[in-house]
Amino acid sequence: MSSSRIGPVVRRPLPSQVVKDDEPVLVAAAKAGDISAFETLVGRYERKIFRLTQNITQNREDAEDAMQEAFLKAFEHLQNFEGNSRFYTWLVRIAVNQALMKLRKRRPNVVSLDEEIDTGEDLVPRDVEDWGPSPADRYAQTELSGILNKVISDLDAPFRVVFQLRDIEELSTEETAEALGLSVPAVKSRLLRARLKLRQALSQYFRRGENK
Amino acid sequence: MKCKTIITELADYLDEALDPSLRTQIEEHLGKCQDCRVVVDTCKQTIEIFCNSEPAPLPPSTRLRLHEALAKRLRRVRA
Repeated sequence: MSSSRIGPVVRRPLPSQVVKDDEPVLVAAAKAGDISAFETLVGRYERKIFRLTQNITQNREDAEDAMQEAFLKAFEHLQNFEGNSRFYTWLVRIAVNQALMKLRKRRPNVVSLDEEIDTGEDLVPRDVEDWGPSPADRYAQTELSGILNKVISDLDAPFRVVFQLRDIEELSTEETAEALGLSVPAVKSRLLRARLKLRQALSQYFRRGENK
Repeated sequence: MKCKTIITELADYLDEALDPSLRTQIEEHLGKCQDCRVVVDTCKQTIEIFCNSEPAPLPPSTRLRLHEALAKRLRRVRA
């Protein structure tokens, strides 16, 4: 074996993740009541916020409503944003609250995000198969999006929400815990399970030699 | 080190949040255990596939409804 070091997760700088230099100016203008400045911020983040609310609620109508409410609340409470974090991180926390409210309303008996979960399962995966090089490149973008949507929607909400915040929105463990009202160990435990479950689910598409 | 320990520490390993001595022990294990190496590597790829995927554009009807709702409510808030 050439090297035992696997290295950290590599996050590519996506266009949607690049913070543009004018963001503090836009936020300041929006705070002063400039609607067009706020609409520019909305246009910048609407795709990401919709993916977030869609992934949490798993319902198109709820996702739309949660997104709308998130942007409206952000505008109404903009004076409370003190610039200690990125504007987007602040917006994500508002959107998560809106999406969770929708989810709990629709599925009150299913969603209990603040309870400790002991699944009793053995975390060590069985039937381990390698994926081979660049597995995602075997699929067209729309096909890949469909696969990712499918496997994340199959995750139970407590795992799905933590994965969404930590690994997709890149909130820290502490920020995720605070946003969800969970302890840091609970976030870590759910993140580990979420990653393992998603890895297992993606293996059926990406394992070496898999024919589409 | 047992395979179960690798799984328990997997998240912190990938997030580079482990102290150096534990990291070294894990990498020694990964050098000897093919199954653990595959699990850690494919778990890393799982995260990368999700976090490096751009969100799809809003469906036109969704975008229209969002901006209509914003225009309506924001004008009211400002008034």
